[in-house]
Amino acid sequence: MKALFYIIIFVVLIVACWQFVKLLGLTKVDNQTATEKENNINGWLLLGLMGFIYGLMIYTLFKGSVVLLPQLSASQEGEHVDILFKITMGLILVVQFVMQFILFTFSFKFRGVNNRKAFFFADSHKLETIWTVIPTLVLSGLIIYGIWTWNHVMDSSGAEDPLFIELYGKQFQWDARYAGADNQLGSANVRFIEGSNTMGVDMTDKNALDDIPLVVNEGKFVKELHIPKGRKVIFKIRSQDVLHSVYMPHFRSQMNAVPGMVTEISFTPSVTTAEMRENKDTKAKFDAINKLREEKGEEPVEFDYLILCNKICGSSHYNMQLKIVVDEEADFNKWLASQKTFAQLITK
Amino acid sequence: MSDHHHKETFVTKYIFSQDHKMIAKQYLITGIIMGCIGVFMSMLFRLQLAYPEQSFSIIEAFLGRAGEGGVMTPDMYLSLVTIHGTIMVFFVLTAALSGTFSNLLIPFQIGARDMASPFLNMLSYWLFFLASVIMIASLFIETGPANAGWTIYPPLSALPQAISGSGLGMTLWLISMAIFIASSLMGSLNYIVTVLNMRTIGMKMTRLPLTIWSFFVTAIIGVVSFPVLFAAALLLIMDRSFGTSFFLSDIYIAGEVLHYKGGSPVLFEHLFWFLGHPEVYIVILPAMGIVSEVMATNSRKPIFGYRAMIISIIAIAFLSTIVWGHHMFVTGMNPFLGSVFTFTTLLIAIPSAVKAFNWTTTIWKGNLQMNPAMLYSIGFVSTFITGGLTGLILGDSAIDINVHDTYFVVAHFHLVMGVSAIFGMFAGIYHWFPKMYGKMMNKDLGYLHFWITAIAAYGVFFPMHFVGLAGLPRRYYNNTAFPIFDDLLHINKVMTVFAIIGGLAQLIFLANFFFSIYKGKKAPKNPWHSNTLEWTTEVEHIHGNWAGELPTVYRWAYDYSKLDSNGELWGGQDYTVQTVPIREGEEEF
Repeated sequence: MKALFYIIIFVVLIVACWQFVKLLGLTKVDNQTATEKENNINGWLLLGLMGFIYGLMIYTLFKGSVVLLPQLSASQEGEHVDILFKITMGLILVVQFVMQFILFTFSFKFRGVNNRKAFFFADSHKLETIWTVIPTLVLSGLIIYGIWTWNHVMDSSGAEDPLFIELYGKQFQWDARYAGADNQLGSANVRFIEGSNTMGVDMTDKNALDDIPLVVNEGKFVKELHIPKGRKVIFKIRSQDVLHSVYMPHFRSQMNAVPGMVTEISFTPSVTTAEMRENKDTKAKFDAINKLREEKGEEPVEFDYLILCNKICGSSHYNMQLKIVVDEEADFNKWLASQKTFAQLITK
Repeated sequence: MSDHHHKETFVTKYIFSQDHKMIAKQYLITGIIMGCIGVFMSMLFRLQLAYPEQSFSIIEAFLGRAGEGGVMTPDMYLSLVTIHGTIMVFFVLTAALSGTFSNLLIPFQIGARDMASPFLNMLSYWLFFLASVIMIASLFIETGPANAGWTIYPPLSALPQAISGSGLGMTLWLISMAIFIASSLMGSLNYIVTVLNMRTIGMKMTRLPLTIWSFFVTAIIGVVSFPVLFAAALLLIMDRSFGTSFFLSDIYIAGEVLHYKGGSPVLFEHLFWFLGHPEVYIVILPAMGIVSEVMATNSRKPIFGYRAMIISIIAIAFLSTIVWGHHMFVTGMNPFLGSVFTFTTLLIAIPSAVKAFNWTTTIWKGNLQMNPAMLYSIGFVSTFITGGLTGLILGDSAIDINVHDTYFVVAHFHLVMGVSAIFGMFAGIYHWFPKMYGKMMNKDLGYLHFWITAIAAYGVFFPMHFVGLAGLPRRYYNNTAFPIFDDLLHINKVMTVFAIIGGLAQLIFLANFFFSIYKGKKAPKNPWHSNTLEWTTEVEHIHGNWAGELPTVYRWAYDYSKLDSNGELWGGQDYTVQTVPIREGEEEF
């Protein structure tokens, strides 16, 4: 019934709109195309719209940039992505500025005046050639540089002594498994899931027993995925049920988790968690966040690297996260040595 | 069709009509109703995004149990975004935009008495109507409507255990879409055949208005790509109901291993986007055609680069069928394919840029008549540029990685195909309303509608880019689970305020539209002083469009402000209708 009430309000608003204009319309002579006065007013308003768009751009660029991810990429590969991103974004901003300027100033300048003749100008091979060739050249550059960067980011074949980690998504949490002493992940399939073997690892595989599952460490509330700075990490990604996506924005890295197949993404962490906390962008962002939290009476937070789920996966898609900690390599090795392998867990 | 003796009853005239003009109006009205529902849904989930966990009685009123206490459930949030996307993309921007203007303008502008098959045309509308009814019906079922996202990727969409909407809700979604595709194919085949075979004497392909070119090419893309979605939907139905494993493999859910083996969700993604990407051009090309026509008419100038415009429409259509993989850069598809799709995707910027340059050159040195249709056309070019440019980021695989599936994507496609196509549709409605209903729409309300809508559209979708660049994934019920997104709440509030203003502004349009049908001023025969054939017909609709012979065409559609050798306007007026023979000393363009 309440819904009906709202619908009636909408209908009344519609009727009110019409009545309002009927009042205005009484005094007005209607010219079919547009009067000089209308052209003039709307011409000026179009300039105003341009001002609004520019204002939004400038305001968000300067004032809004504090909400963005830290400019510093936390992975070596991400630095290449950032360069390509900055070049493209610069190009976009310039073209946007220029094209909107041309569009709106033309609209303003040539707003209709009675008895003025428009200029019959139907074609120009020269102009057409210019604005086919220039975008083609610019885009060729972007394509070549883009593909080079893509290959650089995606190709992990040449890595020396990479660290293999399996990431395992399920509704609605992330699990992980380190490849252990042999640095080879034991094979797995959801058909092996039983009891405490929640990731479906094939325990008869000789590579499996030295694998190290990620558990909640003593004194912690959540799982922490540790990775070393300066060593290539290759993530092998699986899903238990539906599509998920491993999204690690600070590392400029993302890959879907697909049931029935193993996907892969890799990067070399280049900034430890401690270093990133000292970064000035991070500090500015977290100062702002903590100020907001204080106003709401919430506890202050510190920066942490995260995996977010970025492919719709069900009701709690919005809260499927895993904390990542980037350590110096020595600290990482110490931490990994303190973790228990499957073999140790089973015998215990 | 020479059924002069056939008496029209209410049913054959208004309901099961085979007349292209009536079918166009039926599409438009159905589309407007669907559009209201789709936009209203977006208002509800914008409230949730800006004010998470706050109670709104409007949410409780419309969502019932899923909005108990005035806060919607996560499943209902996902349902709203799913159905909002489905309705806006397919039912409004595909069916209502193409259906209205292709049906209205193809016979009119090529000089035909009706579509090649009026019966198929009627069937096409009624299947669309049926699909709409089923989609709306799915909102009222116990387990809720489909909520796996409008892209309905399996396994989420295949398994009721995974999410509540994947039960009956998804079944209805699939049935509705299957019927919708049948409707769309009937329409498209009809458009293609009509344009190819039923042009009047003298209407060469190179004299067609750009509207017809864009509808024609759109229909071709539709025929090529929609059947693939039909196949995907059919296979998904098989997986869901008959235990096949096309898209499913190795799944453990709700405590048990499912029997599926050997299928791949990535296959579904390929099939879906093989339609899904051309689909955005199915949406935008008709809008481009409308804008080209409206802009030329109201600039009192020929469209600049007519041939280049046709070539770029065809180039866009061709490229659109080989770029689908840019939706799948991070799906586990072979990285080599990523390179290929980056290449083809960025190429599509070239014909798009040519079109944008040609539009701006069209208004250069024009005598712009700022009626609402013209304002919407200028707005179209503006949002198309703003939204299109960020495609350079999303189409480039390496930089797509980090913004893939974030709000950056949402901002991009809403500007470039959502807002732009809606602007094109409004331009078309304001421009051809006199042709459809024989009445004029109120111009002041039109201006008010445009200005609020344009400001609101930018106000919603421009800041949204920054939310995406901050790393916020789309389809999140709320972002309070991540402290790093705490500082995005105030931007979300700004966007929601603009969204509500923009949504309410559509009430102005509704008022103008429906009251003008009954109370609007009677339209003259050619209100915009336009060159195309539809304005040579009488204001009152008659079956067969032209009372006597079909008109003969002697020139293209864009002889505006053409001067004779003395520098005077030909015939003393700034337009020359296509039916005027080439005069002595005049050169045909």
